[in-house]
Amino acid sequence: MELLGYYNYWVFAILLVIGLYTVIAKGNLIKKLLGLSIFQSAVFLMYITMNKVEGGTAPIILKGATDQIFSNPLPQVLILTAIVVGVSTTAVGLAIVVRIKETYGSIEEHQIFEADQTP
Amino acid sequence: MIIFFAVFLLTLLVITAIAIVRTENLFVAVMLTSIFSLLMAANFFILDAADVALTEAAIGAGVTTVIFLSALSLTAERERSQTTAKWLTIGVVSVTALVLMYATFDKPLLGDPNAPVHQHVAPWYLENTPILIDIPNVVTAVLSSFRGYDTLGEVFVVFAACIGVLFLLSAGNGIKAEDETPKSQGLRHHLIPKVVGRLLVPFIVLFGLYVQFHGEYGPGGGFQAGAIIATAFILHALLEGERAALAAMPRAALLGMAVAGAMLYGMVGVVCIALGGNFLDYSVLHSNPVIGQQIGIIVIEAGVGITVCGALLSIFHAFTSRRGLN
Repeated sequence: MELLGYYNYWVFAILLVIGLYTVIAKGNLIKKLLGLSIFQSAVFLMYITMNKVEGGTAPIILKGATDQIFSNPLPQVLILTAIVVGVSTTAVGLAIVVRIKETYGSIEEHQIFEADQTP
Repeated sequence: MIIFFAVFLLTLLVITAIAIVRTENLFVAVMLTSIFSLLMAANFFILDAADVALTEAAIGAGVTTVIFLSALSLTAERERSQTTAKWLTIGVVSVTALVLMYATFDKPLLGDPNAPVHQHVAPWYLENTPILIDIPNVVTAVLSSFRGYDTLGEVFVVFAACIGVLFLLSAGNGIKAEDETPKSQGLRHHLIPKVVGRLLVPFIVLFGLYVQFHGEYGPGGGFQAGAIIATAFILHALLEGERAALAAMPRAALLGMAVAGAMLYGMVGVVCIALGGNFLDYSVLHSNPVIGQQIGIIVIEAGVGITVCGALLSIFHAFTSRRGLN
């Protein structure tokens, strides 16, 4: 049971390296962006894991109720805004990929390198 | 009991991530990303982060998928290149994973109330929100009042990203000519999506408005509401076609929304200075500082919602109205 307390962090580590693997090993630019978003989600998971308090509930205060335990609101605020910023920056990346496709006729890394080598 | 459910969901998350990496069909990979986001949202909910779960479900599973799909229609659906230096990469990332896992044993256990993260400002926020602001949702209070500068910065990042996408995609080969391609007709000739979709659109907008205005009392707020309303308009665009959607909501209006929301947020800060307070110190907006805080939060949440909705829709239309090469 004790070890299950670390399970979230292990999943964070595995998701992080799956994203990293995609960015390094895959040649397709859209696949690389998908890898980046997995990497990003892994970081979100780590932050949200830290916000949990045993026996706690979402930090919404009920008037009159006493002895409530709340989870930490701060990591939630940081990640909430990060998700929205994440989709906007992904869109910028995709826009660049679309322009690369129009210029080079391909979104595969090796073909783009070859096109750059031939004058 | 809940911990077994959490372990199950987290394991599914890893399986989905591996499937995304392994599949060569990018269409499949993007649809799996949508599932990945939904599982992630369920995990966030189990970990008591209701606001974050709502955001992830609306943005990760909804808007991101549509933007990826519209980019796929402009590029290619299949991955063609071979994986390079596969075993070397697997070696490097395995070592990274092992180092990260070794480091986790120094972290506090999940849910430990004595963890350092719970000792610093978080108890102060929980104690003082009822006194200083008097709204139930502490996340909204921290987001829009205690850390208002941070949120202002994020809104401007969303706005800047929207401008960046428009710069990249409105130049070059030009906007698509206004012809009746199958894409511009949407799903008009498919009966079931049309009927069901038309029924859904007003309710999605209504739910978005509820999330916007109920954000002080329950999970929700400007970021989530903006994304939900944007998905309603995206659904409308998919059903009725690009041209009908742009006739209902012209590009200039969408860009105007993105500008107006960010301006509204900034102007609240300036008004606070003019009334003798600090930048984004809402207490001076009313003779009673608590009510002043509440007024400030409602106005800046509206600004956030308008900007997020306008920016996401502008990005969506920038992709869909571009002419594909093939």
